[in-house]
Amino acid sequence: MKKRRRSFAERAARDLAQAMEYALDAEVMGSRHGFLQGLDPRIKLASILALIVSGVLSHSLLVLAGLFSLALALAAASRVATDKMIRHVWLSVLLFSGLIALPATIMVPGAPLWQLPLFGGIVTQQGLRSAVFLIARSEISATLALLLIVTTPWPHVLKAMRALGVPVVLVAVLGMTHRFIFLFVQTAEQLFEARRSRIVATMSGAQQRQMAIAAAGTLLDRAIQLSSEVHLSMVSRGYRGEVHLLHEFRTRLRDWITLLIAISLPLCILWFQK
Amino acid sequence: MSAPLFELKDVSFFYQRQPALKELSLHIGSGERIVLLGANGSGKSTLLRLLDALYFPCSGELRAFGRSISESAMADDETNFAFRKRVGLVFQNPDVQLFNPTVFDELAFGPLQLGWERQRILQGIDAVLKRFAIAHLRNRAPHRLSGGEKKRVALASVLILEPEVLLLDEPTAALDPESQGEVIRLLIDSRNSGRTIVTATHDLDIIEDIADFVFVLADGKLAGAGTPAEILANHSLLEKSHLLHAHWHVHSGGAAHCHRHEHGHPHAHGSVSPDTSDAATSLPLSKSEEQG
Repeated sequence: MKKRRRSFAERAARDLAQAMEYALDAEVMGSRHGFLQGLDPRIKLASILALIVSGVLSHSLLVLAGLFSLALALAAASRVATDKMIRHVWLSVLLFSGLIALPATIMVPGAPLWQLPLFGGIVTQQGLRSAVFLIARSEISATLALLLIVTTPWPHVLKAMRALGVPVVLVAVLGMTHRFIFLFVQTAEQLFEARRSRIVATMSGAQQRQMAIAAAGTLLDRAIQLSSEVHLSMVSRGYRGEVHLLHEFRTRLRDWITLLIAISLPLCILWFQK
Repeated sequence: MSAPLFELKDVSFFYQRQPALKELSLHIGSGERIVLLGANGSGKSTLLRLLDALYFPCSGELRAFGRSISESAMADDETNFAFRKRVGLVFQNPDVQLFNPTVFDELAFGPLQLGWERQRILQGIDAVLKRFAIAHLRNRAPHRLSGGEKKRVALASVLILEPEVLLLDEPTAALDPESQGEVIRLLIDSRNSGRTIVTATHDLDIIEDIADFVFVLADGKLAGAGTPAEILANHSLLEKSHLLHAHWHVHSGGAAHCHRHEHGHPHAHGSVSPDTSDAATSLPLSKSEEQG
């Protein structure tokens, strides 16, 4: 029997459902017992930032390899599955930063390594080194950022950002964006499910595009209505343009030791590279 | 009669040019439990938003706590602060009201805006978590909750402010029977709190439990007013206001509701002689009958 190709509506509904499942996965992982899960979110955010800065500052592939190994060790200690990191970070980062880094292998002047067979461009030692650094730094940063996100409930990330001095308006906007993305994903999912249930014949490309545009318009209209309603509900509870947050975080000795180690890393790198 | 908290005199309100309320006049006294009864689009939600000073009359006058409520009056921080402390609105759609990252933050939002001290906020949160049996949801994201849980959190997020006036927009809409029962129980429990409660609903089954007085709205106008018993007995008013359908009736005990029931007529199956009672009960329910 000939297998029918999935329609646009089916694919959209499936992708949206997957996005919801992924978010649920992150919540489950954040509530597990593990090294990163046990740290104070403010300390964790500051430490991860310090490690990312270490990667950016480093001019040694050995140090970058060490940082990558550290990220892997943190993932293992925090019970974050490696296959998840491969799927969600490493492959996509490799693809995107690889595309950006590829021209550098030819364009950066330096000692020639080999000539490309088709275009005749010469790959240089310095060009290759730049590309490797770009990809390595991107992979390390993305891995560390993923570790922060999957081991910390998003609300705690936001509160930690506020505690570290990120402007309250930015934190509030990030928080609401995250919260309402879910609502719109749910709405879009229902929208496409409803369409799917009423579609019998195969739709042409033009019809599918028309449907996608109509769905985007409907969602935009709902977003405007919802934002107006949300604002009213905020005003109703006393909102006058200033957001106030309440923190409940507590630090322990191991938090401060982690922070000390994480902050000393970029300082050491700077010292030895002088 | 209790002193009026809210007074509306010939209040009209328009969305663009579409009238939502037309020359409405009514008053709500302190400590009263009021139901705004009306079909969809009758103006109930708009009226609640006027009472919460989120919308303002296009014409006519709205007075609350002895003061005229207008956009310019509410622009004053002091007036706004005093009003928000006294009046709380629970929206029909809890997704609109639950915009914070966690249930804890949701409950803390109102008190923080009203400048409560940290200790008082934490105590208040603990108290409402316990009262609404939602302590296990404390660190959950509101958008991850079920409909009933969302409604309870939405109610708790307003009641933590201990408002003198509680405005509820369709509090039992889209809830399963158990969650509906919980919400109604909470409203019944509030009877002795001395709080003024204004509930917008089209659910005839609950008004006797949650109201002392009912205003019936139809097409943005006041179609009738009276005690729940008077309103429920006035079938022509309810029909005119699109609140009654053919299967609704009052039982001799006084309970007014509609329920699943069947209509049958005797007929023969082949050689079997018709048996009226059996035939009637074995008939499949038609879709319209199942609605009851």
